[in-house]
Order: sequence, then C-alpha cells, then structure tokens
Amino acid sequence: MTDAIALDGVSKTYRPPRKKPYLAVTDIDLSVQAGRFVAVVGPSGCGKSTLLSLVSGLLPASSGTVTLNGTPVQEVRTDVGFIFQRDALLPWKTVTENVALSLEFRGVPRMAVRQRVGEWVTRVGLAKFGDNYPHELSGGMRKRAQLAQVMVGDPAVLLMDEPFSALDVQTRNLMENELLNAWGAAGKTVLFITHDLEEAIALSDEIVVMTAGPGRIKARYPVDLPRPRNVTEVRFDPRFVALYERAWADLRDEVTRSYEQSLTRS
Amino acid sequence: MVATTAVPLTRRMWFIRSLQVIVIAGFIGLWEGLGQLGILDKFFYSRPSLIVPRIAGWLGEGFTPTSIYRDIEVTLIETVLGFVIGTLSGVAIGYAFARNRVLGQAFDPLLSMFNAIPRLVLAPVFILAFGIDLASKVALGVTLVFFIVFFATFTAVRDVDQTLVDNVRVLGARRRDVTFQVLLPAAFSAIVASLRTSAGFAFAGAVVAEYIGSSVGVGRRIANSEAFFDSTGVFGGIVVIAALALALDAFLQVVEGWFSRWKPRRER
Repeated sequence: MTDAIALDGVSKTYRPPRKKPYLAVTDIDLSVQAGRFVAVVGPSGCGKSTLLSLVSGLLPASSGTVTLNGTPVQEVRTDVGFIFQRDALLPWKTVTENVALSLEFRGVPRMAVRQRVGEWVTRVGLAKFGDNYPHELSGGMRKRAQLAQVMVGDPAVLLMDEPFSALDVQTRNLMENELLNAWGAAGKTVLFITHDLEEAIALSDEIVVMTAGPGRIKARYPVDLPRPRNVTEVRFDPRFVALYERAWADLRDEVTRSYEQSLTRS
Repeated sequence: MVATTAVPLTRRMWFIRSLQVIVIAGFIGLWEGLGQLGILDKFFYSRPSLIVPRIAGWLGEGFTPTSIYRDIEVTLIETVLGFVIGTLSGVAIGYAFARNRVLGQAFDPLLSMFNAIPRLVLAPVFILAFGIDLASKVALGVTLVFFIVFFATFTAVRDVDQTLVDNVRVLGARRRDVTFQVLLPAAFSAIVASLRTSAGFAFAGAVVAEYIGSSVGVGRRIANSEAFFDSTGVFGGIVVIAALALALDAFLQVVEGWFSRWKPRRER
C-alpha cells in the first residue's frame, strides 16, 4: 500500500509579528496509508490542527517534508478535502451555490455542476434546503452542507479538524455514523483531528496520541474493532474499553501538562 | 408582556400610527397657531399655511428651465454621481489598502488628516476649482461618500474570516476567485450596510454646494429665497429637501433589504 499522507521530520514554528515565535509541532513522523482512517488526539494547544494546515499546504512546514498523494506539498493543495472546525460556508451564498464552488473553480460545465451538486445536496439530506442561506440552517445541517461542499469534488484524502465539536451529543453521534457510512462506501483516506478520545477510537483504524505543546507524537495504537461500526454501541465493546484505558493513560499526563502550561502562560 | 400580546398586532400598529400623526399634526398646528398669534414672527419663521401654497405653486409651474422639477433633477443627478464615484473610488482604494499593508500604512496619516477635516469647508474650494456647475457639487459629495465607503471596505476586507479564505483556496480558488467570491462580497455587505448613510451624505454635499455657489438646484432655490428675505421660500425648499431625503432613504431601505437576504434578521 502507498502512503496517501507522509510527514517526515516535520516541525512548524509560528512567527507572529511583534510576538515571540513559538514552536507548534516538532519531530513529526507520520504516514497514513491510502484508504485508512487515522485519528489524531491530543490536548488543546498541542498543534494538532497545525498538522492539517501543513498537509493541505495552507501553511509551509518550517522543516521536514510533507508528501500528499505522492507529491511534496509546496503550495495550497486542491486534491484534498478539508472540513474546518469553524463554519466555512460562504454566508452570502445558498447551500447549492456553496456546494458548487469547487466544481466552478475547476471549470466543470454548468450542466454537470448542477447534476453533481444536486446529488450531493440530496445525499447529505439537504434536498429541501438547497436555496437556503447558511444562517437559516442548524449547526448539524451546516456541517452536512460543508461535507457536501468538500465531497462533491471527490478528493481522495479528507482532512477533518474537530468537525463535530460544536454539535450537541445526539447530532454528533448521528453525524459520526453518517461519516463512517460515507467513508466505508468511498474508501477515502481520512486524517481526523479531535480532542475526544472516545470519538477517535470509535471512528478510526488507528489513533495517534500527541503530547502537550510543542506537539510530538507520543504513541500510536491500531484500533482493532470490527466494521461496520455504530459509534454509540461500539463504546461498550470490551476491546474499546481496554484500548481507551491504555490510550487515556498516555493522554491524561499530556492533558495535565497542557493545563499547567496554559496557567503559567496567562 | 401579557398586555402587549392581548392587543392584536394590527390594532397596536394603528394605535402607534395615530400617535405619530397626532405628534406631526400637533407640531404643524403649534407652528401655525403661534404664527397666527404673532408670537412667531412671520418674517423669520413663515407659517405652514404660507409654505404649502408656495410649494403647490412651484409644483404647478410645469417643466420649465427655472421650475422646481429642474432643480430636483439637477440635485438628484449630482447626488447620484457623487454617490457612484465616491463608492467606486472608496471600494477600489479600500480594497487595495487592505490587501497591501505597506501601501495602507504609508497613506494612513494622510487619509486620517483628510478625514479629520469637516468636509463641508471644502465646498468653497471646490467651487473655485471646478466652477459653479455640476462638477463642484459632485466633488463635495465624493469626498463625503469616499471616506465612509473606504473605511467600510478596508475593515471588511482586512477582517474577513480567514477560515472562509482557507476553505475556498483548498476548494480550488485562484487569487481572482478569492477576490470575487470572498473578499469583495464581504466588502459589499459592509458597503450595503453603509449605503443609506453614504447616499445621505452625497445628497447633503450636493445641496450644500448648491447653496454656496450654483445657478440651479434645490440648494440654490433656498439661497435665492434667503437673498430676498423670503422665509416662506426658504422653508418651502427645506420641505422639498426633506421629502426628497425621505424618499431616497425609503428606496435605499428596499435596496438594502434585497442585498441583505442572506443575513440573519437581527444583523440587518
């Protein structure tokens, strides 16, 4: 199997104007095989979101190499799908117009755009809301629209940055199951960022635990749970519980350290 | 709360409406009454019963080169030109400064200086420079509108949500797409929000410049009447200006509502 994503000795230093530069992540070696679902979990401020910015090329790495779909990342990459934590839909465009963006940027003919957009808007359950503006939708519906916006371009790799953290628990479980179903059908590579260990285990093939900032990889665990899974029910599986306890032992120290850092920083 | 919901909404609205009519009628009645009693000097303050026939007389003159219609037409043309030129230049320069930090920082003191000048004192300068015709009125309107639109565009483009930009870039947007799909729409919404203010300023600029030096326009009509100590004419002109301003604002409210469809109601 080839690696869809490979980070090799990667570190990232932020240099904000008129402030001290700081190291966000360092010594990152991480590879994700094509078609795998990998979740990165770590305390807040450990630089896990930075990883996605590096893979997508939105930020350049300070050192090391990042490879995506077989080519080094040197500019913003459009062969990935990026689901942002925050609302990323253009508020002045309707759901349909938002979902059409990537196809329009690529110059896909109008008829084909309309057909594929219609397909995806329907598939995420927003067929009745195609002409609505984002502010008229619930948080869960906006996430679905964002998913359709990204999936319509059929990217081989999905980068997801705590996509469901703003949702209530029920909506969140629904969306997680939908994501798993969609992923199972499409065979895409997913790099999923979360601070929620349960979510990480329930969704992925492998979890990567990061240290408190500057973020390093602390441990990696394969998730040996059968698929298809139901994220709500898989939590009762004894293998889930066993893995949760092992990973939590790693994560707990980092969470504590991250919390202490945040106190001394402020 | 119970009391407000107990009264049907339409009845409540009619109640408010009648109060508003009473207030306006009271104001006009008081003005007329005090005038009749000789407490308000007719020479300075005129009276509604003199002003209304005067305006009716103007409106009845028909469309001649010296009629009120010609004055209104000229004032509105000046307003529209001042508004359009001021808006376009404000957007262009506001956008450029927000996208190019060095440029923005270099011009910041100069712009702040110009913005600190009460723009109306420039009216005599413009009349000397551009003459008493259209150009000087438009120029004053432009200086008023420009700064409003410039600052609205500058802040909107500078503070645009970076997530929106990142998202469209990964979706395949080129530089041009980012400009036309994200930055300019963000600026446009700020401009629409300032539309009524800036159009009002364009109108005020036109009228003031006319008042100071021109041969035609509603502002000129007021200045003429003043020259003949004709307070009825002055007030008649003021009423015409108020009516135009109200009509303009009502029109722009509709325009603003149309362009703000995508916004949550409370933010409109």
